[in-house]
Amino acid sequence: MEKIPILRMGKVLLVTIQVDLYDRLAETLEADLVHMIKKTDAEGVLIDISAVSIIDSFMGRIIGNISTMSKILDAETVVVGMQPAVAITLVELGLPLKGILTALNVEKGMELLRSKMASRETSGEGEDDDSYTE
Amino acid sequence: MIVTLNKEWMVIVREIDVIPFRNRIKEYAVKIGMSLVNQTKVITAASELARNMLKYANGGKVLIEVVSKGRENGLRLTFRDEGPGIPDIRLALQDGYSSGKSLGLGLPGTRRLMSEFNITSEVGKGTTVTVTKWKNG
Repeated sequence: MEKIPILRMGKVLLVTIQVDLYDRLAETLEADLVHMIKKTDAEGVLIDISAVSIIDSFMGRIIGNISTMSKILDAETVVVGMQPAVAITLVELGLPLKGILTALNVEKGMELLRSKMASRETSGEGEDDDSYTE
Repeated sequence: MIVTLNKEWMVIVREIDVIPFRNRIKEYAVKIGMSLVNQTKVITAASELARNMLKYANGGKVLIEVVSKGRENGLRLTFRDEGPGIPDIRLALQDGYSSGKSLGLGLPGTRRLMSEFNITSEVGKGTTVTVTKWKNG
C-alpha cells in the first residue's frame, strides 16, 4: 500500500507530502504520525504541503486532526508551504483551519517549531522553580 | 446560450478513481486557460462531489464538458448517481449539516466555489448535481 514517509530529525518528525492525496492515504498518514510521535518521543511535527495542489474538506479535516492529536500527545504541529490558491479555496470552502500553526516555508516552520519547543522547556523549568520555592 | 464544445464521461466507483478524475479536470481547465485559483476551486469542488457520490451512493458517473457562453468558456460537471437520494435538499445545502459524520461542508462549500450549482434528487432513484465554473467566474 502507498504510504507517505515520515522522517525523524532529532525531536522533530518531518513529513513532505509529494503525492496527490486521497482519503485513505491521508487517514494512513494520520495514524502513522500519531504512532510515530509516541514511538520516538517527538516534540514537534512539521508537515510540508508545498507540493499539494488540492486540499478538500476531508484532507483539511485530517490536517486538523493531526494537529489536535499531536497536541494531546504533547507535540506541536506546524504546516508549511501551502499554495496561495489552496488557501483561497479552503477559506471559501468554509474550512479556515483554525488553531493550526502554519508557516510560509520549511525554514520558517522549523524556526517556529523550535521556538515553540524551547518556550515549552523554559516554562517547564519555571514550574519546577516554583515547586522548589513552595 | 450555452454550447458544449467537448464532453467526456468518467466513472467513479473507487476512492482511487478520484485521482485520475481530478487530473482530467485539471487538463481541461488548463486547456481553456483558467487561472490557477479557479482551477483549484473546480478541482476541490469536484473532489467533494465525487466523495459524496462514493460515500452515499457507492459511486456514479461524471460528465465533464467544456462549455461556451458567448465569449466565455467554462467547465461543466454533471455528477449522476443511483443512490438513495436526498430527502431534504434545503437541509443538505446548509453549512454544517451532515447525515454522515463529515463536516457538512461538501454541498454548501462546493456551491460557494463554483459559478453555477444545481441539484436534483429523487429518494430511491438517485441524485444529479450539475456545477459550472466559468473561466473568469
